[in-house]
Amino acid sequence: MADALLKVDGLLKHFGGVTATDHVDLSVPSGELHGLIGPNGAGKTTLIHQLSGALRADAGTIFFNGRDITRASLHQRVHFGVARSYQITSIFRSVTVVHNLALAVLARSGSSLGFWRPLAREPVLFDEARALVNQVGLGGRENVVAGRLAHGEQRQLEVGLALATRARLLLLDEPMAGLGPEESQRMVALIAGLKGAITLLLVEHDMDAVFRLADRISVLDSGRIIATGTPEAIRNDEGVKRAYLGEAAPA
Amino acid sequence: MATLILEQTLNGLQFGLMLFLLAAGLTLVFGIMDLINLAHGSLYMIGAYLVATVVRATGSFALAVLVAVVGTAAIGVLLEVTVLRRLYTRDHLSQVLATFALLLICNEIVRIIFGSQPMMLSMPDALAGPVQLLPGFYYPAFRLAVIGVGLAVAMLLYLLVGQTRAGMWVRAGASNREMAAAMGVDVKLLFTAVFGVGAALCAIAGAMLGPILAVQVGMGESILILAFVVIVIGGIGSIRGALVGALLVGMVDTVGRAFLPMLLRSFLSPAVASGLGPTLASIAIYVLMAAVLFWRPQGLFPARA
Amino acid sequence: MRNGLAISMLVLLVAFPLAAKHWDQLFYVSFASRILIYALAASSLNLILGYGGMVSFGHAAFLGTGAYAVAILMAEGVTSAWLSWPLAVMVSALFALVIGAVSLRTRGVYFIMITLAFAQMAYYLFISLRAYGGEDGLNLAARSRVGFGLDLAGDLTFYYVVLALVMACLYLMQRLLSARFGQVVQAIRDNETRMEAIGFPTYRYKLICFALAGGAAGLAGALLANQNGFVSPNLLQWTQSGTLMVMVILGGVGYLYGGALGAAVFLILEEALSAYTVHWQLGLGLALLAIVLYARQGLAGLLAGSAAERR
Repeated sequence: MADALLKVDGLLKHFGGVTATDHVDLSVPSGELHGLIGPNGAGKTTLIHQLSGALRADAGTIFFNGRDITRASLHQRVHFGVARSYQITSIFRSVTVVHNLALAVLARSGSSLGFWRPLAREPVLFDEARALVNQVGLGGRENVVAGRLAHGEQRQLEVGLALATRARLLLLDEPMAGLGPEESQRMVALIAGLKGAITLLLVEHDMDAVFRLADRISVLDSGRIIATGTPEAIRNDEGVKRAYLGEAAPA
Repeated sequence: MATLILEQTLNGLQFGLMLFLLAAGLTLVFGIMDLINLAHGSLYMIGAYLVATVVRATGSFALAVLVAVVGTAAIGVLLEVTVLRRLYTRDHLSQVLATFALLLICNEIVRIIFGSQPMMLSMPDALAGPVQLLPGFYYPAFRLAVIGVGLAVAMLLYLLVGQTRAGMWVRAGASNREMAAAMGVDVKLLFTAVFGVGAALCAIAGAMLGPILAVQVGMGESILILAFVVIVIGGIGSIRGALVGALLVGMVDTVGRAFLPMLLRSFLSPAVASGLGPTLASIAIYVLMAAVLFWRPQGLFPARA
Repeated sequence: MRNGLAISMLVLLVAFPLAAKHWDQLFYVSFASRILIYALAASSLNLILGYGGMVSFGHAAFLGTGAYAVAILMAEGVTSAWLSWPLAVMVSALFALVIGAVSLRTRGVYFIMITLAFAQMAYYLFISLRAYGGEDGLNLAARSRVGFGLDLAGDLTFYYVVLALVMACLYLMQRLLSARFGQVVQAIRDNETRMEAIGFPTYRYKLICFALAGGAAGLAGALLANQNGFVSPNLLQWTQSGTLMVMVILGGVGYLYGGALGAAVFLILEEALSAYTVHWQLGLGLALLAIVLYARQGLAGLLAGSAAERR
């Protein structure tokens, strides 16, 4: 559709003899929460890498908001409005939670070629960072050094960093990785709260969460999208069930 | 002219093979133990000094080489067990500091025992004369022997690393240390053995190059930097890479020094050529390294997965 | 507590030359100048190594370039420090910009090697400058002229000028580190991928940091040329880069005074030991080995909480 915020056409990626991404087409309209599921090794993270700019695709195009971003670098895409969170937590462990988020705010606050004025004396940045701390549910933990947070809290910060970029499209790579049931609920609530305002591409293994949150779901298997549709349609799709044979089928 | 080219090519081959002996140990230690060892050149120096001492005492070059190899390997193992073993878990910077300290200590101990003046080490009498390779072309027998030794050791290493079980462990360790340990390889023993072998190779190189270059304190530093260039070009952890890299560096350096000034003189003024020639020859290998890294950032044959 | 220590250090640094002069021990003033100069050089390396996470093995190239800039200008008749010292800084910074632009495309040990390679190229380049001494080096006819009735030939005057400059630089470094730029650079050191993923062009920041450090090293070089009255290509040898690295690691990587502390301890050890024996390198090596094995964060790390200041 011409309306799609994110439009992926024929994306292709080889690693030696393996085709990790096999002519993937994807179309995500603005405001949608699009789930991306698939068995292990399907190539979900590789796809996220290519969408975020960490990996260069071998062929195909990626359009975001009408702009061709296929050749854009990681940090350029952030400025265009595409940001991601990582499956393996990638935060700034030696500084506080609020400092983590302040860095993300700083990235879009003009030039950081300031050599004189201490960063700590920039209340505007830190106020915004604090608001984000509350938004991701880490209120009260803002002055804790990130490395000392519990795993669940770190995952919240992980999403927070992506959120702090004010991106229009968030690529969330297994935000619930390693979370217990209670923490997962919190994360689901967090993501649900983002729906509508932000467009989301959610990669997840937690089927309950995906089926609850997603407007539409795409299923990736061996690098190819084998089905796209509403959660209901995917639930009943024979091809999807076969792909998951041996794994717990979506109930 | 043709003989000059042939001679310099053989010299380059000879130097390259000796660089390989140094680089092989260095690349394995770096690749498997992830240890930057600035004291590697010191083992080479110790090897050369042991050879010189034994030759002076007994007159037998062959015996001297044997003693040097065993002695240097022993010293290497001692260093590994006492000091280096504690550095495997440390970051590279701490390793740099520690091995730099070892370098200073080794240099000074050698200086205390032998003094600062270069020590005489002459070629064995049996190999002192020239050998006729082609009509009208003579090449020093000793240098031929060096080439022979280099090729033999390269072959031996190839068989050892490629065809034996121990070699398989070494390759596994170079490719993925944690995985190798998880698969039951006795990591401690493997590390010590690798280090000992590396030290032995240094000794051989020291024995072979001692008569050609000079046996003195500081001889390790000048060749160490070349060895690092070699393993970066070849790819860290790869013996094959070390061989190819060493031959490349040996050739470029030797042939460059011999012919670049000459080449420049043919189309530049003699004043400019005589200034530029040696400079370009000296930096040639660094330009080579930069070029290789530009096209293949991981080196030519990266061992790491 | 920390401020008390800082103030006493300052008083010591300012008062000690006067005491030395009183007791006719001017050698120590000259030695102290040398320590201060290397403190600056090591601190500039600490900026990129400790705070930027860029392990450069070619930093001596910038030290040497700054030194040669002053020496060459002096040979050509330019004696004013107001001209030659800023020029030394700019040339070194520019040189660092070029080397950094290429080297920063690589990572890890490859970065270390490429910086080393470039420094070696610079080393051979200076050897080839026959007009300026080549391998033998170049003498400076006199120390740079600063005017204001100050004569740098006097050890005390030179010391105070060096002290003022080094302290100013350390102060600027401190401000830089807590300002936007420094915070970004340190965050890049901690997690470069994530910094890119939140929108920072990390290459650009690393490059600017590298150039700034090169410029500061150039200033140290200019001062060193004045201190020694002599420059030689040996200033750019890789072992010199190694020594600078050793100073930073010794003092404490990523601590503000790590470079200064490391330089001071290294040079004092060197001096003290060589007074005892001609084999002082043995003692130095053993001391360094002990420190790296038992003081993991360097000396500043050992003292952390009292005199050192992380970040």
